[in-house]
Amino acid sequence: MTQLPDSTQRKLGLVIDLDTCVGCHACVVSCKGWNTENYGAPLSDQDPYGADPSGTFLNRVHSYEVQPLATSAMPHPAAQLIHFPKSCLHCEDAPCVTVCPTGASYKRVEDGIVLVNESDCIGCGLCAWACPYGARELDQAEGVMKKCTLCVDRIYNENLPEEDREPACVRTCPAGARHFGDFSDPDSAVSQLVAERGGMDLMPEQGTKPVNKYLPPRPKDGWQGETDVLAPYLEPVAEEPQGFLGWLDKTLEKL
Amino acid sequence: MSIPMPNLDTSPHVSDEVRKTTCYMCACRCGINVHMKDGKVAYIEGNRDHPVNKGVLCAKGSAGIMQHNAPSRLRAPMRRVGPRGSGQFEEISWDEALEQAVGWLKPIRETAPEKLAFFTGRDQSQSFTGLWAQQFGTPNFAAHGGFCSVNMATAGIYTMGGAFWEFGAPDWERTKLFMIFGVAEDHDSNPIKMGLGRLKERGAKVIGVNPIRTGYNAVADEWVGITPGMDGLFILSLVHELMRAGKIDLEYLARFTNAPVLLDSDPKSDDYGMFLRDDDGKMLVIDRRTGKPAPFDQKGVQPDLNGHIRMAGVTHVTVMNQMAERYLDAKYSPDVVGPQCGISAERIRRIAAEIARVAFDEAIELDHSWTDFRGDTHDKMVGRPVSFHAMRGISAHSNGFQTCRSLHMLQIILGSVETPGGFRFKPPYPKPSTAHPKPHFTATPGKPLDGPHLGYPQGPEDLALHEDGSPIRIDKAFTWEHPLSAHGLMHMVISNAHAGDPYKVDTLFLYMANMAWNSSMNTRSVMEMLTDTDENGDYVIPNIIYSDAYSSEMVAYADLILPDTTYLERHDCISLLDRPISEPEAAADAIRWPVVEPDRDVRGFQSVLIDLAARLGLPGFVNDDGSAKFEDYADYIVNHQRKPGIGPLAGWRMGENGLSDGRGEPNEAQIDSYIANGGFGVFHIPDDAQFYKPWNNAYQDWAVNLGLYDAPAPYLFDIYVEPLRKFQRAAEGHGDRQPPEHLRERLKHTMDPLPLWYAPLSDEREDLEEFPVHALTQRPMAMYHSWGTQNAWLRQIHGHNPLYLPTHWWEKLGLSDGDWVRVTSSHGEITVPAAHMAALNENTVWTWNAIGKRKGAWALEDGAPEATKGFLLNHLIHELLPPKGDGLRWANSDPITGQAAWFDLRVKMEKAEAPAESQPGFAPIKSPVGTGPDQLRWKVGK
Repeated sequence: MTQLPDSTQRKLGLVIDLDTCVGCHACVVSCKGWNTENYGAPLSDQDPYGADPSGTFLNRVHSYEVQPLATSAMPHPAAQLIHFPKSCLHCEDAPCVTVCPTGASYKRVEDGIVLVNESDCIGCGLCAWACPYGARELDQAEGVMKKCTLCVDRIYNENLPEEDREPACVRTCPAGARHFGDFSDPDSAVSQLVAERGGMDLMPEQGTKPVNKYLPPRPKDGWQGETDVLAPYLEPVAEEPQGFLGWLDKTLEKL
Repeated sequence: MSIPMPNLDTSPHVSDEVRKTTCYMCACRCGINVHMKDGKVAYIEGNRDHPVNKGVLCAKGSAGIMQHNAPSRLRAPMRRVGPRGSGQFEEISWDEALEQAVGWLKPIRETAPEKLAFFTGRDQSQSFTGLWAQQFGTPNFAAHGGFCSVNMATAGIYTMGGAFWEFGAPDWERTKLFMIFGVAEDHDSNPIKMGLGRLKERGAKVIGVNPIRTGYNAVADEWVGITPGMDGLFILSLVHELMRAGKIDLEYLARFTNAPVLLDSDPKSDDYGMFLRDDDGKMLVIDRRTGKPAPFDQKGVQPDLNGHIRMAGVTHVTVMNQMAERYLDAKYSPDVVGPQCGISAERIRRIAAEIARVAFDEAIELDHSWTDFRGDTHDKMVGRPVSFHAMRGISAHSNGFQTCRSLHMLQIILGSVETPGGFRFKPPYPKPSTAHPKPHFTATPGKPLDGPHLGYPQGPEDLALHEDGSPIRIDKAFTWEHPLSAHGLMHMVISNAHAGDPYKVDTLFLYMANMAWNSSMNTRSVMEMLTDTDENGDYVIPNIIYSDAYSSEMVAYADLILPDTTYLERHDCISLLDRPISEPEAAADAIRWPVVEPDRDVRGFQSVLIDLAARLGLPGFVNDDGSAKFEDYADYIVNHQRKPGIGPLAGWRMGENGLSDGRGEPNEAQIDSYIANGGFGVFHIPDDAQFYKPWNNAYQDWAVNLGLYDAPAPYLFDIYVEPLRKFQRAAEGHGDRQPPEHLRERLKHTMDPLPLWYAPLSDEREDLEEFPVHALTQRPMAMYHSWGTQNAWLRQIHGHNPLYLPTHWWEKLGLSDGDWVRVTSSHGEITVPAAHMAALNENTVWTWNAIGKRKGAWALEDGAPEATKGFLLNHLIHELLPPKGDGLRWANSDPITGQAAWFDLRVKMEKAEAPAESQPGFAPIKSPVGTGPDQLRWKVGK
């Protein structure tokens, strides 16, 4: 059993905007590229050109179809598609850490990032079993557990320009749906976003206290309520071409 | 209690060097930082300074390292040794390969240059490949635009001097209502995602119009699940409502469009439907100050939108008058249109009202004064913050040209083109059809063609026809069948060459176009045409040369393979003479350069063409003594001049007083300067020239100075396109050049000078009750056509492609998870895996494009899901319309531009017994490169 720190000095994490995520997988591949070349063992791929390709990814995007419930205002709501990027949530009460038999999994005191010290990892897989989010993947070539590092080798890296000291997924996200920051600071941009947009925990009932937050999709397709308000904009100036041309003359006079 | 923390180096070495070049993982052309370690590519990220992507990068771009190192890369020139289609090759030297090519090409050039058909696919160097074909002398050149989005491009150019994507963009920072129609997610992909992100941040509203709710439509605030092929009717209904309510920008229409231009409106007149012009050929308007006719561009003129005049017994009325006659007609009312489009009348009205509210109640005024082409100064820039974007979904129909025109007309009546908050052009656009070349096609043995191949016809006199009316081009571009086929018809080349209609060719030379698979309609038949033999046992298409970097399906069907490099190993130029990467605020161009050298015996295709040009002695590519003028493509990029002072790259030229942008002499250090600047050049537009570009003197002067035009060329937006009327008049019997009888009625109907909607052409030849379902493809954001599959990372995201069925059909067929369906069109049949999707138009099915692969291609193993479960819809789509018993071959294309009508497809479906693999299946091709490794652990740094 491995111990979690009582508290961390900062709570670094991501806020992911589900209203804006178009499901393009840019974050998935940028993460794969950076973390294959950097922290620890490369993220391997088995059968990469064959019948059943499967590799290690620290971040994956799932898409879910959602059927909103009918309401009196919206009796036949259209189905929606929600893109849902998922990676380690760097939980405050991370069950993957406490379950680790070797101390390889740990949560950093200075920033709260949950990491795997690969040299101590025996690949037993207990942490992946304990994580309710399925955010850990055992690398099949290396036999060690891989997970999101929040790009711990980027965010403090003095070899990178300061503006690039953020996780690869955040830097690359074309729609700007991913934000990185310190959730222990209520004035940070990420804390503000969470406050303004009702940022949510993923599966709070699990009691893991995830640091990462999700901004819910804004309501969609709610146009029925606007019909009456907007109707005056279509008040006809004329029904027939001749009447329209008469209106044209009158209006041009005033220009 | 303190817990011991492992020692962790949080500042590890990132890379030895960053090399900045241009991505080629799709057509977007973003700037990339290639991190190098030990001379190898270690990591690729977006370039923050780049005008296109500003640092971000999509999944494809980030997976570039897997493309650059793909096991499917070709390794050396090859000569076919087995039968065509078998994939049996022997490697040969470059000298042997080039001599073989010259052996085929030289006699053609000397006797009948049209016997070479040279078509390039996803080529990003068309101004160069086109010049090569022009100097060779064949009229038969085009790139892939004909089967991609030529409707969009051509409709935009004829209507307002540019379309979407490369031509222009929404004013993302100011627009308040954005409507996006039928978009391919791999065109302009990062800018649209960035723009949507900005709109979400600002709280602007996004309406997605698409039968399928994925991607951009999934995040849209409102989704309009329109029935395919009906977009034009929906748009014209919005136009109907806006005009009826007077919610149109009269000042804008009067000043900047041909709405006030006078038209001959007497059906008995010889010039019926033509503009009234003065002796100088200038279009005339009625000046509201005098009530008299005046040239449209006279200083101070106040064009009357409702002017009319009787001259020599002939009544002339304005274009606006004709628009009122047409679009106020009740046939465009939402009550009539709604049921046809699958959108309620209430909703069409509500969208029209919302457009009206935002355009007119939320208008933007910028305090920038500017002077227009008439010399009139305006103290403000007024904007209507409604903007639009569209791409293949509306254009890949046989009514696509007029649908795209309808959308542009909607933008224009709102006054939201080139105004703040609306749609803005990117230099060198705006550029009207009259400022582009006309098509050239006169071939003379041993000589160059008389000019550039592709262009914008202004009337029947510009068609590429022989005296006897037969087509000059192998693809029948610029004929009565498709008069405005400005990008050619690549999808018809193999079919026509095989049929000998209009004639047979000797050599088919293709670059980067997978015509034996996903880039052709009717794929199985195309493979048969490529392998068909005549009575002597010779191939009907005698010689096929193909250049590609990868082992695509097309490789097996060529006789000679010229292996290209990857995009990180080559010089390229993204030129203002070609398809540039400008932004609304600035012109821009870019290069690629070899950030690594090839480790195989491959050469950049453009350098190979330069070598071939020298061996063939093509003018412009050889010196007077016959020696090669250019060493390679890089040398050409720097030293070629299209006209004095204008070359492929605009930046760092040698002016009279040192370095200059736009115009100037070649500079030997130019490529180094681009490399030092991050691989691109940006040329900013001054503040007072940022909007109203077609009419703004400050912009026109800036554009002339940069070399985009030689003299200011202001123009009016063509809501009414007079060249279309000229073709219509010919069809009515006017003029010497007459269409064949069988096309007269179609030309009269479709070449309408005002936008209209008509049903997709195949509808009248299909039994719509038998085939009630529309079938579409979409490109996934994480794949580019067939290329993504060879990419070990991307194929884990999109490795197979079920057919998605809406709830209505899923339930009707009694399907459950894991079921397969047999899908039948009037042309063919496929049996494929099915999946349910609720967020879908109720009579539309769809799948991802080009995921299905043939066994043996792309260095995949035969069991790859792309080959066993993946499939192409192409098998269901014929390049010809169903025959109607007249013995004629009617192309399944837009009758105006020749755009392949992929999305007109209608099918029926039934539940099927699951076969072992998707059907139809094809025998494996022998891979010239073997298959990839069993495992990847990619790390280049130690």
